[in-house]
Amino acid sequence: MTAMNDRIVFDEVSKFYGEVLGVNKISLSIPPGITTLVGPNGSGKTTLMNLMTGLVQPSSGHISVMGLSPGNAEEFFRNVGYCTQFDFFPRGLTGWQFLMDSLLIHGMSRSEAVRLSLEALERVQLGDAASRKIAGYSKGMRQKIRLAQSIAHHPRVLVLDEPLNGLDPVARAESIALFEELGRQGMHLLISSHILDEVDRISDRVVLITGGYLIAEGNIHQVRQEVREKPMQVLIRCDHPELLASRMFAINHCVEARLHTDGKGVFLRTGDIDQFYSMLNGIAAEGLVKIEAVAPADDDANAIYQYLIGSDGSAS
Amino acid sequence: MTSATNSHSSTGLLSQPWRLWWTQATRLTAIEVRRNLFSWKASWIYFLAYIPVFIILIHVLFDNHLTSGMEDDTNVLAGIVQFYYIRLGVFFGCLGIFSRLIRGEMIERSLHFYLLSPVRREVLLLAKFAAGSISALFLFGSAIIACFVLMYSGFGAAGRDYVLNGPGLGQLEAYLGIVVLACLGYGAVFLLLSMMFKNPTPAAMLFLGWESINPVLPSLLQKLSVASYLRHLMPVNVAAQGIFALLTVETEPVSAWAAVLGLVVLIAAVLVYSCYRVRTLEIRYATE
Repeated sequence: MTAMNDRIVFDEVSKFYGEVLGVNKISLSIPPGITTLVGPNGSGKTTLMNLMTGLVQPSSGHISVMGLSPGNAEEFFRNVGYCTQFDFFPRGLTGWQFLMDSLLIHGMSRSEAVRLSLEALERVQLGDAASRKIAGYSKGMRQKIRLAQSIAHHPRVLVLDEPLNGLDPVARAESIALFEELGRQGMHLLISSHILDEVDRISDRVVLITGGYLIAEGNIHQVRQEVREKPMQVLIRCDHPELLASRMFAINHCVEARLHTDGKGVFLRTGDIDQFYSMLNGIAAEGLVKIEAVAPADDDANAIYQYLIGSDGSAS
Repeated sequence: MTSATNSHSSTGLLSQPWRLWWTQATRLTAIEVRRNLFSWKASWIYFLAYIPVFIILIHVLFDNHLTSGMEDDTNVLAGIVQFYYIRLGVFFGCLGIFSRLIRGEMIERSLHFYLLSPVRREVLLLAKFAAGSISALFLFGSAIIACFVLMYSGFGAAGRDYVLNGPGLGQLEAYLGIVVLACLGYGAVFLLLSMMFKNPTPAAMLFLGWESINPVLPSLLQKLSVASYLRHLMPVNVAAQGIFALLTVETEPVSAWAAVLGLVVLIAAVLVYSCYRVRTLEIRYATE
């Protein structure tokens, strides 16, 4: 019997495509929850997901998903769903036929496949288009039918490669709500996305990779703390933002100040966040400035990504 | 091997989910047969299979049919099966059908849906092979039956008597048996080639060349040919003349049962190696 645990484990995994590096000596242990894979194009995100699901074989190292290996396809893919970014489908099928074919080859009864297909279509809100040929779908609809196919069999691990690509804002919000719901149900979600602002809100963890190398991983706030040498930006809502900025520049290592567009706040960037908060408390106590709210402005995956990887994709 | 080990092995085999594999294989086969037969891309294979039927139909409609000409037509039919179907029609038809099963889906970038299903890759491969075989047999088997029926229908009562009371039905059975083995043999080879090469056509052309030069090779190497086995199963021997001589395989005499067994062993060996290769098959659409 296969031992089950609740983690996705990459143990010193490397993948080379001939002489081209895919990923290099990646070691990860991902607990349940929503994990975001962040990295520029060609960084190795899709390779990591393909390795995890057996679509490519590691050159070295070992991968297990909740104790299972993709080599044991029957058990593995009952527990894992993968919504790839390949925007291609078997020719000539309707959305309904596509889902039914996918479920029937699991070996389940036709009535069970019908039930799960209907449920999946409802979850991605594509019921009306189910009888139409996929060839006639919009990009967003194709994304939805792929998502429906990957969740239809109720997997415990869901791997999503750029799942928000091609979706309009409403569909994007619906998909994110669905991911949140699945995460709350205890499912593993591994998401790669360029739309970091949205995925970041629901992520429990981030994995940052570039050029095939793992740069950082962990809880977003923990990762942010690990890069303390990088200046952090804080938004302070107050009645006299210019006065606050000048005071903070005078007593703290502020390196940048920028007024909020509405004139009722200021973004301050500091190299010493602990001292910054201490000084801010002092100014508030003096009563010169009435402070309404204080919030980190770059404590998210996008900012961390920019810090660690840089906008050009090269690790800093 | 000890008896204890034997016992353990047999228990292991029995404990495998054969019922699930069978269900998955039959459903996969049904899906693949649907894709093979009901697609515009398959139209050229229909053409390959049915063009002799059309020619025989013209012959039946416009030529005189004297009873004395039945032997000639029997030879013509044997020539069509031997030179057209086995060496060209079934060969290229199977190349089209079986190379689509894996490589075609790689090119269309839809194979990953199967590889991400809870189906053993060996089951997937064998189901695809079964689907390809059923499709090829449906096309070429029905075409040969149509050729046979048309060929003798022109002779009226004499033709019926030849088929039902003479050697006709036995010849039809032999032709169908040959087509079955040809589809399975070429199918297994082309399925393997499509996994080994991005474009299996050059390899298939080499294979065609191999089949052609096979008669001049040593006896051992002659056993690595599909056509050489089939040649021994032909119910009517047609002497090769002119250009047909280039397409004719003259191998050492082999009994029918040995030819069938040899081909079955060849097919099994190719399929076992294909199962081994499919386990490590990778999806790299970008390089297709």
